[in-house]
Amino acid sequence: MRRLLPVLALVGTVLKGPALAVQPSEVLADPTMEARAREIGRELRCLVCQNQSIDDSDADLARDLRVMVRERLTAGDSDRQVIDYIVSRYGDFVLMKPPVKPETWALWFGPAAIGGAGLLALVLYFRRRGGAGSGGAAPLSAAEEERIARMLEDRRG
Amino acid sequence: MTDAAVRGGLVRRLPYLLPLALFIALAGYFWIGLGKDPHAVPSPLIDKPVSEFILAPLEGRDRGFTSADLIGQVSLVNVFGSWCVACRIEHPFLVTLKREGVVPVFGIDWREKDRQAGPRWLAEHGDPYTLVGDDPESRAAIAFGVTGAPETFVVDARGIIRYKHVGPVTADVWEDTLGPIVRRLQAEK
Repeated sequence: MRRLLPVLALVGTVLKGPALAVQPSEVLADPTMEARAREIGRELRCLVCQNQSIDDSDADLARDLRVMVRERLTAGDSDRQVIDYIVSRYGDFVLMKPPVKPETWALWFGPAAIGGAGLLALVLYFRRRGGAGSGGAAPLSAAEEERIARMLEDRRG
Repeated sequence: MTDAAVRGGLVRRLPYLLPLALFIALAGYFWIGLGKDPHAVPSPLIDKPVSEFILAPLEGRDRGFTSADLIGQVSLVNVFGSWCVACRIEHPFLVTLKREGVVPVFGIDWREKDRQAGPRWLAEHGDPYTLVGDDPESRAAIAFGVTGAPETFVVDARGIIRYKHVGPVTADVWEDTLGPIVRRLQAEK
């Protein structure tokens, strides 16, 4: 059992997932409203530790943003309105998932376009080489055929 | 070999140079990207009016400030905190600005955990602010899209945010960027 404990602890850590940053005091009494707040929180980037959402972050600013999200929801804002308000302050950067619009087309479609171009180049390249190969290799001459036959004969012999 | 033949050879070899050219382009792109500060997030608030806020006074003072106080003159809005190390760097320069009466500076004392900390800090280092407000829950800070301290905004006489500076306002920053902007806006009136 004693040897098993660290293993169990490790498994527990992995299964448990990241700790929640949302403090009990922040949680709204209305569970549906709270669920909406959590959903919004996961979509908004913490400006301090930029690779976490405000839902995950322990930074003070993330906490204040979470509280603000909840206040606005309680005041009757829709999810969209809350997110738009924060975006109007911090820009698209605050969204964990950048919106699809002309400025971000390169971001969204760039990788696929580059991959597609590579694939196309590869296909064209092989098609051209394949075409050259089928017609290019000269058939064996009679002398060569004879040599091969002799070699095979020697092996068997 | 004739010139044309040399050129022909180069043209035939060009496809082999393409990967190198691509590599150089990408490397240049990443090189520039690496030099950028990820915390210098472009603000969507430039050329937008300051949104309304009301800040309570610091403990022991009788006046905080509101967004309405920013109307009527070009001003700086400076976000600071006694906990903020970089704010100590800019503080002496802000005091100089106040002494010379160049431009009013409004202070947002951001996220003090202790209500005495802000007043104590100002008593110790000097008070460069025309008005200071206490912002323990980031009300004004979020209205300005603040991500860290210190940050300084140039607000024109109509209450429109014209410029955002991230990091300490030093004499150099003033000479190079903020000063010219403030002078230009003051001349606009």
